[in-house]
Amino acid sequence: MRIPIAKRVQQIPPSGIRLFFDLVIGMDDVISLGVGEPDFDTPWHIRETGIFSLEQGLTSYTSNKGLRELRAAISDFLKNRRGLRYDPDEEILVTVGVSEAVDVAMRAILDGGERFLVPQPCFVSYAPMATLAGGEPVCIPLPASSGFRLTPALLRGAVARRARGIIINYPSNPTGVSYRARELGALAAVIRRTDLAVLSDEIYDELTYDFDHVPFPALPGMRERTVYLNGFSKAYAMTGWRIGYAAGPRHLIDAMTKIHQYTIMCAPTTGQVAACEALRSGGKDVREMKREYARRREYVHGRLVRMGLDCARPDGAFYIFPCIRSSGLDSMGFSRRLLEEEKVAVVPGTAFGEVGEGFVRISYASSHENLKEALDRIERFLRRARAAPARH
Amino acid sequence: MTEEILEILQRDARLAPGEIASMLGRKPEEVRREIRRLEREGVILKYKAVVNREPLGGAARGVRALIEVKTAPQKDVGFDRVAERIYLFPEVKSCVLLSGGYDLLLTVEGSDIQGIADFVAQKLAPMEHVRGTVTHFLLKKYKEDGDILVRGKGKDRRLAVTP
Repeated sequence: MRIPIAKRVQQIPPSGIRLFFDLVIGMDDVISLGVGEPDFDTPWHIRETGIFSLEQGLTSYTSNKGLRELRAAISDFLKNRRGLRYDPDEEILVTVGVSEAVDVAMRAILDGGERFLVPQPCFVSYAPMATLAGGEPVCIPLPASSGFRLTPALLRGAVARRARGIIINYPSNPTGVSYRARELGALAAVIRRTDLAVLSDEIYDELTYDFDHVPFPALPGMRERTVYLNGFSKAYAMTGWRIGYAAGPRHLIDAMTKIHQYTIMCAPTTGQVAACEALRSGGKDVREMKREYARRREYVHGRLVRMGLDCARPDGAFYIFPCIRSSGLDSMGFSRRLLEEEKVAVVPGTAFGEVGEGFVRISYASSHENLKEALDRIERFLRRARAAPARH
Repeated sequence: MTEEILEILQRDARLAPGEIASMLGRKPEEVRREIRRLEREGVILKYKAVVNREPLGGAARGVRALIEVKTAPQKDVGFDRVAERIYLFPEVKSCVLLSGGYDLLLTVEGSDIQGIADFVAQKLAPMEHVRGTVTHFLLKKYKEDGDILVRGKGKDRRLAVTP
């Protein structure tokens, strides 16, 4: 007999990233600009703290919500560096990356069939997680003409659809778009007139280059309805440790903890100990990595523009999202041919929603040497594609 | 901008001013002018390769020693005079004055152990104002000037494409 798969799972389309990954995996010598994680190793003092904890035998479970010491450190960090006040005992949950936090938050607020707003292009998991939680993801297409930015007008149009919640992510994967205080204030003003719950994924907040990042719960009236999501993966180059956290009103964190305790028990202990060290003395590492990303952003943006590719200068994260229509190719065709002919991997914009058609995501979490070589190859490829267009 | 230019060049001295400019969002001419100023003022002394001779094997690897030197400082000129007499030998690759149990620490390079032993016995130790020396031969270099020498180029262990 063959066990039937739940309809909810069947209806989720395969990940566009996965399709492309399968193409890349069979090839040698590919320069990949398709990687959504830092190219730095976790700073040594953080790794060393993790190793030491293993030597000391710290290998058992922690409390469900996470090590008290880590929650206290997160609470202090949020107070001192973000101007947010969250009680370490009642209002903070340590999770297995932000991904788990998004999952349990959605499951905590969706009952079945409610709409959940997902502005696109966005991180690949949001819509499938809303589906898995029993909700109905409703895409808000962010037009390229608005620079893929969520505007009050777009938001007003979407809230008319009576959704239960919305997920926002800034700085954004895949576009690098972020928002200044004034823009966020205008979005909050629209949300204030609704019953929307807000999940705010701010995992790239430390990588904001031109202005100060403003956390969503800091906006008037937003704290009580927002689950603030952050973690250690991007700022401290700790993706593999899988440590994120959610901060929010007590009753929401209670509900999320209920799900978390039955499904996960607790986030990995070694990672939690290492995360304490990251908050204790990782500030300098964050600043150094940020400076390096900022240089790469300038370099990559400048070169793409000189190649004649339209692209906004990203506000944050380590992604840039150029329009590749001038090549005469669509996103998948461009990415596939670039890979086959020049061995450079980028991710087709359509992996992040249909609205990403005509764009590709380039990650500049790669050494200057690699970026230079890859951009040389892209330039060569573009000359060829433009000379002999329309070979889809 | 100065600090950033220095940091970038210390990591890769072969980057052209135009390329550095595009990393910093500056005009190439601005960066070129700043580099020239730093060179003129002796902040940037020269551009050298960081070399690891270990893979060459055999004699090409050469021999290095760290030598502690105790000296008798002289009136008016302190350690400077005796230091100069020592660092002018081409065998001496670096020479620094330290606080603590001895005064000068030298890095000395030779083609073999005998060469360094001869340098110490014939040139360094008999020198006026040199009170004593202790020679440590270098067995293995792990890291130099921020660069780790003992493992190959770091391989990218990340998955090729991730969300």
